[in-house]
Amino acid sequence: MVAPETQGQKVYSRPESLTVTPTHYCPGCTHGVAHRLVAEVIDEMKLRERTIGVASVGCSVFAYNYFDFDFVQSPHGRAPAMATGVKRTLPDKIVFTYQGDGDLASIGMGEIVHAAARGENITVIFVNNTNYGMTGGQMAPTTLPGQKTSTSVNGRDVETQGFPIRASELIATLDGASYVVRRSLNDPKNIRQAKKALRTAFEVQQRGLGFSFVELLSICPTNWGMTPTQSIQWLEEKMMPFYQLGDYKISQAVAGLKF
Amino acid sequence: MARQLLKGNEAVAEAAVRAGLQSYFGYPITPQTELLEYLSHRMPELGRGFVQAESELGAVNMVYGAACTGARTMSSSSSPGVSLMLEGLSYIAGTELPAVLVDVMRGGPGLGNISPSQQDYNQIVHGGGHGDFKMIALAPCSVQESIDLTVLAFDLAEKYRSIAVVLTDGSIGQMMEPAELPEMRPVKFMDTDWAVRGAEGRDRRFLSSIYLDPPQEEQANLRMARRWEEIEANEVRFKEYYLDDADFAVVGFGSAGRIALSAVRQARAEGIKVGLLRPITVNPFPAKVLKEVAKKVQGMLVVEMNAGQMLDDVIRITNNCVPIEFFARLGGVMPFPEEVLVEIHRLAKGPLTTEGDPRSRWLKRASAAR
Repeated sequence: MVAPETQGQKVYSRPESLTVTPTHYCPGCTHGVAHRLVAEVIDEMKLRERTIGVASVGCSVFAYNYFDFDFVQSPHGRAPAMATGVKRTLPDKIVFTYQGDGDLASIGMGEIVHAAARGENITVIFVNNTNYGMTGGQMAPTTLPGQKTSTSVNGRDVETQGFPIRASELIATLDGASYVVRRSLNDPKNIRQAKKALRTAFEVQQRGLGFSFVELLSICPTNWGMTPTQSIQWLEEKMMPFYQLGDYKISQAVAGLKF
Repeated sequence: MARQLLKGNEAVAEAAVRAGLQSYFGYPITPQTELLEYLSHRMPELGRGFVQAESELGAVNMVYGAACTGARTMSSSSSPGVSLMLEGLSYIAGTELPAVLVDVMRGGPGLGNISPSQQDYNQIVHGGGHGDFKMIALAPCSVQESIDLTVLAFDLAEKYRSIAVVLTDGSIGQMMEPAELPEMRPVKFMDTDWAVRGAEGRDRRFLSSIYLDPPQEEQANLRMARRWEEIEANEVRFKEYYLDDADFAVVGFGSAGRIALSAVRQARAEGIKVGLLRPITVNPFPAKVLKEVAKKVQGMLVVEMNAGQMLDDVIRITNNCVPIEFFARLGGVMPFPEEVLVEIHRLAKGPLTTEGDPRSRWLKRASAAR
């Protein structure tokens, strides 16, 4: 990748923590943005040689192809447990999971809740695009009421298919969680906010302040059957009112963080 | 080290600590819980990792994570809990990682009960989750052997990048016997080119059980199969009792083997030339010695605390070259030596046949008796 230059000064380039690998993510998918933000934060904090990522099952199962640091890949939903195993064995390393909404909020609900309740000193990056992307767009625990997916073809009927789960709000009720926020990858301002949240989350872990959780509202143009632009619009109009951005838990120690 | 009076489960826990256990993850389930309880204070006292997990799913995946770092790591559970762990075991095997599991078997299927049984033989020896992989399975019959095999499990797991299971039961886990613990070994990470501990001054590594390209997955499976051949060639362990001049042989592992030994001694005292073959590694199974014994004796009796899970292996290995009879107690009921002795008498008296199914004959007798 050639970095564009302005008056001989490099203003934009691939973060050191990203590998040179063609992406498998669909055109318009926001996983790429999320990956880049994580890599930038790891670079800025000089954590690349100390970080171990835990990939989950779903579209981000191949996250380990893109990050230029050590990675392991967990069974579906079990990433917080696997991360716990790594962190408890290597307490001085930085350990994070990168999970989608099917992985984290459905099959992995037990693992995420208890990792948070234990105040496990790990960081969880939760990418919420309201469906199972990898398997072709099935209803997820985060699918909105009325939202059409391949297993809710007439729109999610809450009478028979239940209600969506707001993961950040749920995790924030646990005393063990230190930092729980929801951000969105829909526009430059929110992307900058998302990066700041990721930085905070890793700072929390580095200082041993406990469990940090960043939810990122994301789009899935392929499975939503929309263009990327339409998808962004749908995220703003449908997702953001239901999944409101904000800080759901900032522990006292985290509130006083300066970096 | 001096001999001490030790409880099976606690002895296994301390043996693991002394073998260099660096982190432990478990979940309460009877009759295994003393392992978890003991390590809950012992591991933090030594500055080592301990987590009481939210479930066996959590526990086995914590082991998976810890195993990725090249540390000596372990979980323990009992039959229904081990069923829950099978997913994780398949992943650990698919990633070719060393890990130790202690399975203190109880009665089942389903929730069953908390009494000793050997119902997990198939689950551990022939099962263990989806895919073509095998786990080393070590079956102790005493507290001392539990200690020794726990230490061995860590060494074998590390040597072969495999899962090693200490396949014991509630009887051995709960009993107290005089036994000797090994010296404390230092805790150290394995010196490997695969462990994930942060890419400091080297290229990144990743550990996964994914091989998206089927030919690569085939290579991984072939590698595991070749490794198993190596294990079969080098690591078979068993114990023979009174087999030199035996006309009849009993085959049993773990508690069933120990109970059978009492019956064999009693029969010997009565002048019946009977011996015992007790597999210690039920995987790899001592097939070679079993074949040799089968050729020498007039009849064999397989004794188990399950409905003939190992019997199927004995039948397959001996290939109809010797008459076989079967005796078992099920569902958490332990056989008495006297019951096994009755079966030895039946064997010695005959008539013996290689026709029919030993399991059917046993079931018929068992149904008539109760």
